[in-house]
Amino acid sequence: MFEQGVKDIQKLKKIAKEIRKDILLMLNKAGSGHTGGSLSAVELLTALFFAKMKHDPKNLTWKGRDHFILSKGHAAPLLYAILAKCGYFKHEELFELRQLGSRLQGHPDCKLTPGIEVPTGSLGQGLSMANGIAMALRLDELSGRVYVLLGDGEVQEGQVWEAAMTAAHYKLDNVCAILDNNRLQIDGWVEEVKNIEPLAAKWEAFGWNVKEINGHDFRQILEALNEVELVKGKPSIIIAHTVKGKGVSFFENKAKYHGVAPTNDELELALKELEEGIK
Amino acid sequence: MKKASLREAYGRTLVELGKENKDIVVLDADLSGSTKTKMFAKEFPERFFNIGIAEQDMMGTAAGLAAAGKIPFASTFAIFATGRAWEQIRQSIAYAGLNVKIVASHGGITVGDDGGSHQAIEDVGLMRILPNMTVIVPADAIEMEQVIRTIAKYKGPVYVRGARIDFPVIYDDKDYHFQIGKGSILREGRDITLIAMGLMVHHALEAASILSLEGIECRVVNMSSIKPIDRDLIIDSAQKTELIVTIEEHLITNGLGSAVCEVVCEECPVPVKRLGIKDRFGISGKPDKLLSYFHLTPQDIVEEVKKVLQRKPRLVRAVG
Ligand SMILES: Cc1ncc(C[n+]2csc(CCOP(=O)(O)OP(=O)(O)O)c2C)c(N)n1
Ligand SMILES: [Mg+2]
Repeated sequence: MFEQGVKDIQKLKKIAKEIRKDILLMLNKAGSGHTGGSLSAVELLTALFFAKMKHDPKNLTWKGRDHFILSKGHAAPLLYAILAKCGYFKHEELFELRQLGSRLQGHPDCKLTPGIEVPTGSLGQGLSMANGIAMALRLDELSGRVYVLLGDGEVQEGQVWEAAMTAAHYKLDNVCAILDNNRLQIDGWVEEVKNIEPLAAKWEAFGWNVKEINGHDFRQILEALNEVELVKGKPSIIIAHTVKGKGVSFFENKAKYHGVAPTNDELELALKELEEGIK
Repeated sequence: MKKASLREAYGRTLVELGKENKDIVVLDADLSGSTKTKMFAKEFPERFFNIGIAEQDMMGTAAGLAAAGKIPFASTFAIFATGRAWEQIRQSIAYAGLNVKIVASHGGITVGDDGGSHQAIEDVGLMRILPNMTVIVPADAIEMEQVIRTIAKYKGPVYVRGARIDFPVIYDDKDYHFQIGKGSILREGRDITLIAMGLMVHHALEAASILSLEGIECRVVNMSSIKPIDRDLIIDSAQKTELIVTIEEHLITNGLGSAVCEVVCEECPVPVKRLGIKDRFGISGKPDKLLSYFHLTPQDIVEEVKKVLQRKPRLVRAVG
């Protein structure tokens, strides 16, 4: 059922569509949660978990695996939908999201959820943890890579830049950050709340290899992931230009849908749009 | 009086542990000369990570190392470890119960000349309040060594508070064996129990000797395990001596005194007097001058004990 190393773009697109549906369904059922930032990174995580990363849902502690950290922890619904599809837990568990007693907490909790490596939710901390895992992999002479998904608003946190310096200083070329550059944060456009540009120049200045792509284009995502893996002596970041709320016309590019779940009516329309494509 | 450095004991023990276990890794934030993690860095450069002046990043990195199976020891001054990086410790370490050991130097006012900005007087409270966190305050260098060895084997997050200055040696005998969750009785007495942590354990012992000359017998307890705290020993002391004084080089709010009161109030209410720093920050000065200034000398303890003895239920009854 879980197919790894999918190379067929059409297949990946099909998976992405199913992931989007799951996200909307589980958020609607939960009645709360983060819609926009989950939808913007669907292709990025689909490419990682179904095409790129070495991982084994049946062997969580496999030493040879690649690691993934959702630094923008509020996109937990996306990660849960991906993990369920990979077989880390049953699909029906998705609909327990945010409920009392559920293993699927509002933000990722590695104590509870199979497939989650570290706890996140408080923004700005994931890259530091990615560095720590990368250092441990190097000490143990393991070839696994560490992928970490950052939000664009998230990089306003100072700790991200402390960690950026650490990764460059220790030449952690087994770290690959992916920045979901959807240009929105809670209070509005990142550019207006507090500008973070020039992003690529900043990361380059911090000693990183930088690659910019369209974060909804599987071909570009896979090429970038393969390409940055070959860069030695420095960490890499893929700045993925994305659309917040991607796939549902009335959620796209709207700050309002950062942290609200689809209502029943919205869900119906959204599922229809996903099936038929935005007109 | 023989004195020894807790920092040296820490550095030395880290090196020994490093030889025994290749999973021990050490992080520092530009204070490795001071915290003595430099001793480990010299011996095992590939297992030492200087994260620079970035305590928040250091805690997150330590969490990642722990998540990948290493046993990270992260060190800096107590205030920067627990204050600057508190929420990183909460989210990245304590929340998941990751196996990170935070060993800080420079706890308390005996930091001295550097002044209030550098004197951690709230660190024990900041760590004690975190679920999953164990909090230890060794009373001397020998206990520090035992604590470091013990926590290296224990799985889960731990905060250890060290100090800048050397402490008088208390556990000169080789018999002492530190255990998480256990306090130790250093002196028996029927009239009152002095429960102390860190340097104040020695001061409590000195005070007890002075008081003994005047016919007042103190039980003296080293409560190095602040969390989990030794409830049984506190209850036993409350029952046997019916009066407790706590002494800490820390704010009296949310430190040792508060922890003891929590147990006493719930299990065996008797008067408790908390000695420590009272809702104010530290200031510059030599450590011994500061101890006098903050009324934390053995003589201060003697006077406070005499005062509180008036409140002892049995005595009150006898008088009444
Ligand atoms: C330290 C911290 N501060 C504030 C928040 C509240 N918060 C949750 S999501 C968010 C905005 C994140 O924006 P961005 O990183 O751009 O994420 P995305 O657009 O991908 O959802 C904020 C401020 C938080 N989770 N953590
Ligand atoms: Mg954003």
